[in-house]
Amino acid sequence: MMKRLLLLLLVSLVSVGALHAQDSTGARDRVRVILEFRPGARPGLVVLPGRGADSVRAILRRDLGYSDRFVMVPIGDPPGGARSGTEEASGINYQLYRTLGANLAVELVEAPGGVTARLYDVAGSRLRSQQTVAMPPTGDAGFRMEAHRLSDEIVRWATGTPGAAASRLLFVSAGQVFRIDSDGIGLTPLTPAGQTALSPVWSPDGSRFAFTQLGAGRGGVIVQSLASGAAFTAPGTGTALNITPSFSADGRTLAYAHSDENGTDVYIADIVERCCARRLTVGRFSDNLSPSFSPDGRRIAFVSTRTGPPQVYVMAADGTDPELLAPYDYGATGSSNAPEWSPDGANVVFHREVSGSPQLFLVDAAGRRVRQLTSAGRNEDPTWAPDGRHVAYVSDRSGRRQLWVIDIETGTVRQLSTPGAARLPAWSRRLGRTVLSPNP
Amino acid sequence: MRASKLSMLLTLAAVAACGGRQAADEPVPEPTPAPAPAPESTPGPVATSDSGSDSERMAREHAELIRAVTADLSTPIHFDYDQATVRGDDRAVLDRKAAILKANPNARIRVSGHADERGSDEYNLALGNRRAGAGKRYLQNKGIEAARMEAISYGEERPMSQATDEAAYAQNRRDEFELTAGGETLVAPQ
Repeated sequence: MMKRLLLLLLVSLVSVGALHAQDSTGARDRVRVILEFRPGARPGLVVLPGRGADSVRAILRRDLGYSDRFVMVPIGDPPGGARSGTEEASGINYQLYRTLGANLAVELVEAPGGVTARLYDVAGSRLRSQQTVAMPPTGDAGFRMEAHRLSDEIVRWATGTPGAAASRLLFVSAGQVFRIDSDGIGLTPLTPAGQTALSPVWSPDGSRFAFTQLGAGRGGVIVQSLASGAAFTAPGTGTALNITPSFSADGRTLAYAHSDENGTDVYIADIVERCCARRLTVGRFSDNLSPSFSPDGRRIAFVSTRTGPPQVYVMAADGTDPELLAPYDYGATGSSNAPEWSPDGANVVFHREVSGSPQLFLVDAAGRRVRQLTSAGRNEDPTWAPDGRHVAYVSDRSGRRQLWVIDIETGTVRQLSTPGAARLPAWSRRLGRTVLSPNP
Repeated sequence: MRASKLSMLLTLAAVAACGGRQAADEPVPEPTPAPAPAPESTPGPVATSDSGSDSERMAREHAELIRAVTADLSTPIHFDYDQATVRGDDRAVLDRKAAILKANPNARIRVSGHADERGSDEYNLALGNRRAGAGKRYLQNKGIEAARMEAISYGEERPMSQATDEAAYAQNRRDEFELTAGGETLVAPQ
């Protein structure tokens, strides 16, 4: 046991040393949870300087860094220039990039109507993958997302699974729902100012979002199209207070919590036929809220106060077999809230009070092992990136509530700058072209 | 003199009617400034009057009473952290409201539940809902019809105090009570 503890301590020391922005390990609570990341070996990657396609290269370089899958080897684009003429003639200078610590090299060259991207295996001195993609003009609304899509593809070439750059987040600031790209660009308001919108959430195909419109202590769940702005009130949410909407993976069913004088219960409704609201939980004078579907649609994680302070439970999608999902020590563990099921179905992320501050936690859906992700400041309302490895959340570590992103593999964090205080983020799945083309 | 006495009574009645709609947390409006002081040295009618007949005194006392009843009706109650149970020290506050509502069958109220900023934003809406329900149920158990009371929740969206210390949190964990009908004819309970 002692040996294991020492080993863990050693591992955490090594990882803190290796990573510049790891969430610091702070004071322990009585909870038996250990802040623990396993960074593993990340290959060195260099984005080669070049002529042309500069805007795409800049986006790519940042996205590949944000993917947290590589140690980025910094090489600036030399002013007015480029790789030497000899290199362009003779190919990649593998020896040089090996010396710089790169295992992989990404090259971008302009092609008619787009760019050609190449991924080189520096260690093996060979071209690994290449593709030419059409690129809208730099000023075009779809340009940045197309560059993000290319970078996700390069991540797939290098690691086998795509990146998460071609995605967007919703969040609430001063009662208004905003949309922002995964790299913090393109802030766009989606609901009018001067109202109280809460809990925005994406439809799985990224074409719509749902949110609570709070007014005079009551609120309906609104389902709104991103392209046209057309909206309707979800079935069963026209009276009393209706909060925390969540789409099923097929986009047909909306789960939400309905609050009235009997307490708060989870309901589902068919939003294609716009009918058939049905209660799933029965909690007289207890609260049941924040439903989140498993990706296979068979289960729903949710919050319940059935045994005291709120904790994270799971039930079948028809409301049967409710049971505790995230174990806790009765009387010792703090309140747990805001669960969201990971896109790969393996984990549920949520926040739990530790010494008076909410912190992010993971519970694996199969083994029910709980793992703490953050410890610095207040960290709450987590939401999964489409890659199932990054989580966006609200943190006050910079002094006011802002959006941050943590890589659950390495513990690396970055800030997603937003104007004003931000809360209740929701990350989209990877966004397809058809969904994005009409830019509101 | 008779005319001035009558206008005084009318003014008092107006004050009483206003008082019926007065929520406790709203600032008391400044008295409307007198139009233009008369050139004569006659003292201003209502505010400075320090003595009067029995009917004047009765009207004044009635206005005071209505103001007190309204204040009692809108006194908030408070809750412990993450709890929605009516506290012992708030029972008397609610009992007073029940007596007033019994004496005024036309009166209707809205109970709104609030939470402090700790805890999840979304959970706090559910918690506020439970707190409003607890206030309403207490009054129901004291014999007030459910249909006369509306329970809603604002969660942490409308804090009483913006500060982030325990004193502010304690103030923010509350039920507010607002008269929504019957304020014009309020009487004090026997």
